[in-house]
Order: sequence, then C-alpha cells, then structure tokens
Amino acid sequence: MANTFVQIGSTVTVGSGGAATIDFTSIPSTYTDLLVKLSTRTNGTGGNLRFTLAGITSGVYSEKALYGAGSGSAASFSNTSQAFAATVYTDNTNHTASTFASSELYIPNYAGSTNKSFSTDSVVESNAVGVLAVMGAGLMANTSAVSSISIFPISPDNFVQYTTASLYGIKNS
Amino acid sequence: MTTAIEVNCATGEVTERELTAAEIEQRVVDAAAAATRKAEEDAAAEAKAAAKASAQAKLAALGLSAAEIAAL
Repeated sequence: MANTFVQIGSTVTVGSGGAATIDFTSIPSTYTDLLVKLSTRTNGTGGNLRFTLAGITSGVYSEKALYGAGSGSAASFSNTSQAFAATVYTDNTNHTASTFASSELYIPNYAGSTNKSFSTDSVVESNAVGVLAVMGAGLMANTSAVSSISIFPISPDNFVQYTTASLYGIKNS
Repeated sequence: MTTAIEVNCATGEVTERELTAAEIEQRVVDAAAAATRKAEEDAAAEAKAAAKASAQAKLAALGLSAAEIAAL
C-alpha cells in the first residue's frame, strides 16, 4: 500500500504558443512507482497521445486497451513492437471547444532492473460525439530505469494552451 | 515556432526550447507514418462495414427479418 504521494518537479502548464512535447527528465530513483496526471487538448485531430520512457524510441513497446465511446459496444485494440506507447487519449479539435481530456499514466517499479510495465486511463470530454473512456496496459521490453518520460501528440499536432502535466512519486514504505 | 517543455526533476527547473532540426525532421516522418496508418485503418473499417452491409443484405434476401438479422 502506497503511503507517500509526492509531486516531483512542478506542474507544466502549456503557454499560448502550444508545445510539441512535454518531457520530465532526471527523475530520481528514490520512489517505488511513478504517476503522471494529464489534462490535455491538442490543435489537431489525432486521437491519442504517445509517450516514451527512459528515452527509448525503438520498437519495444506493446500494449492493449479497452475503450467505450458512450454508445455502441465497447471495443479494444492492441499494438506490438512500437517505438512508443499510445494508450493515452486526448481531446482535440473534434471535441467541444475548451474541453480537456483527463488521463493518468502509472509506472510501477520504474527504477528496477526488469522490463517496465505501465497502465493508463483516459476520459475524453465533449458535449457532442467523441466522448471516450480508455483503459490501457502495456510493456516496454527494456530494463532501463525510467529516468525520463516524454509525452507528445501525434505529429503535426501540438498541445494547446492550458494543457497540464504533473508527475508524482509513490513509495511503498 | 514548435517548442518542447522540459521539467528537470533534479533541479525543478522548467525550460521551454525550440525543437532541434532532428526533432522537427522526426515529426515530419511521424506525421507521414501516422497519416498512412490512419488511411489503412479507415480503409479497413470501410471494408468491414461494407462486408457487414453485404452480409445483411444477403440474409435479408434469404428471408430473414431485420430483427432476426440483428439477433445474430
């Protein structure tokens, strides 16, 4: 059971110029797990965000996700051998103006010497079509400690102003 | 201007910088790959929908009602 929940660094709030990527670097290895909380919107139409861990951009990411879109049946998707993970979703220009998606990315045992697993959840907000809830899980088949996390929209999209990202460290003792 | 925002968790410093030429080039490659992938996904979804509609039409021609087709 986690008994600490400490913000690492400071919350990023994207300015008026937008941003192509948000990077957390030099993450200390003193926690057990990491949690990133996101409130995101992009200026394009790409539905999902991408993230990489420890600067690893080779085809070592695999993932599965379940999603529901507010009507119709739930569905799923899976990917293997990707150069990034892609189970975090975002609001974009298809969604009601000024609405933002809420997401979490959890990385247990991030500083250990085993392959790195992760889980994600996202809720895409809109007052019309396009609402979405996505639960994902995946693996980075690389044993590097997670000392950095990069989160970015599908190019050429950018994060818009007021997108935020916060990183937390969690200890189990 | 396309920028990256970096939080150095050791120092707490937040910096905003322009993307490097290599990063911009990679974004161009990524955009092309994403467009190709979306086109493939759209084509697959379209083909699946067309196959479903065709199958439903054939079932209807065999005499199944809409409710019976939906129940399958």
